[in-house]
Amino acid sequence: MRIVLTSVLVDDQEKALHFYRDILGFKPKEDIPMGHHRWLTLVAPENPDGVELLLEPDEHPAAKPFKAALVADGIPCTSFGVADVQKEYQRLVELGVIFTQKPAAMGPVTTAVFDDTCGNLIQIAQRH
Amino acid sequence: MCPFGIMQQHCCMMVVYVIMDLDRLFHALADSTRRRLIDELAERDGQTLFELHVRMMQWHGAGLTRQALSRHLGVLEEVGLLRCEWQWRSKFHFLELEPLRRASAIWLGAYLKKPDRKGSMSHAHRAHERARR
Repeated sequence: MRIVLTSVLVDDQEKALHFYRDILGFKPKEDIPMGHHRWLTLVAPENPDGVELLLEPDEHPAAKPFKAALVADGIPCTSFGVADVQKEYQRLVELGVIFTQKPAAMGPVTTAVFDDTCGNLIQIAQRH
Repeated sequence: MCPFGIMQQHCCMMVVYVIMDLDRLFHALADSTRRRLIDELAERDGQTLFELHVRMMQWHGAGLTRQALSRHLGVLEEVGLLRCEWQWRSKFHFLELEPLRRASAIWLGAYLKKPDRKGSMSHAHRAHERARR
């Protein structure tokens, strides 16, 4: 058994595609129409056969209050690995991304947390 | 009812209020977790519950639950040492030093002033008496 897919619950798939592709820099992999929505996944450009990130609609009535509660407390819904948090922070800030936590050394990692514009907070982490 | 009586009553109420205020403030400070929260916010002001929780876990170990942390933050907020502010859709916590300054002005400060040979101890003694009333 392998982990091949993970997902973020997004309020708008097209907006999410723009953010995850054009701002974060992930590469689209699958884009399959499914009724009102799409099966929309992206991968890291340096690892096209790696874990796919599914941009999943947050239509379920429980999804929005759950997301809002996490965002209120500053809790990220997932974490992506980066080589240099400080550098990535500067790059994203220049692109207009809003951070709820600036880079901070937290024991064995340095982390930062930003808003994905689709109702989630995302953490970036660098292992030392 | 003479005006002097009204004044006296008013002053007494002020003293009682100040003492209660000090009691609540020192109660809030009488906990190492809450003092550590003040240290963390002094180092970086304006943190979400998540960031504070991660920082506190490094210091406290796994023993501190998010619920316990929320309660500690509530105690600090009640005495005015903490101010919460919503930015975007997240809640941020900021340190407020005014209650500590007030505590210093109305009681602690008297002990921390340099002794001036004459009368300094009696001044501190009077401050002590006031605090006990």
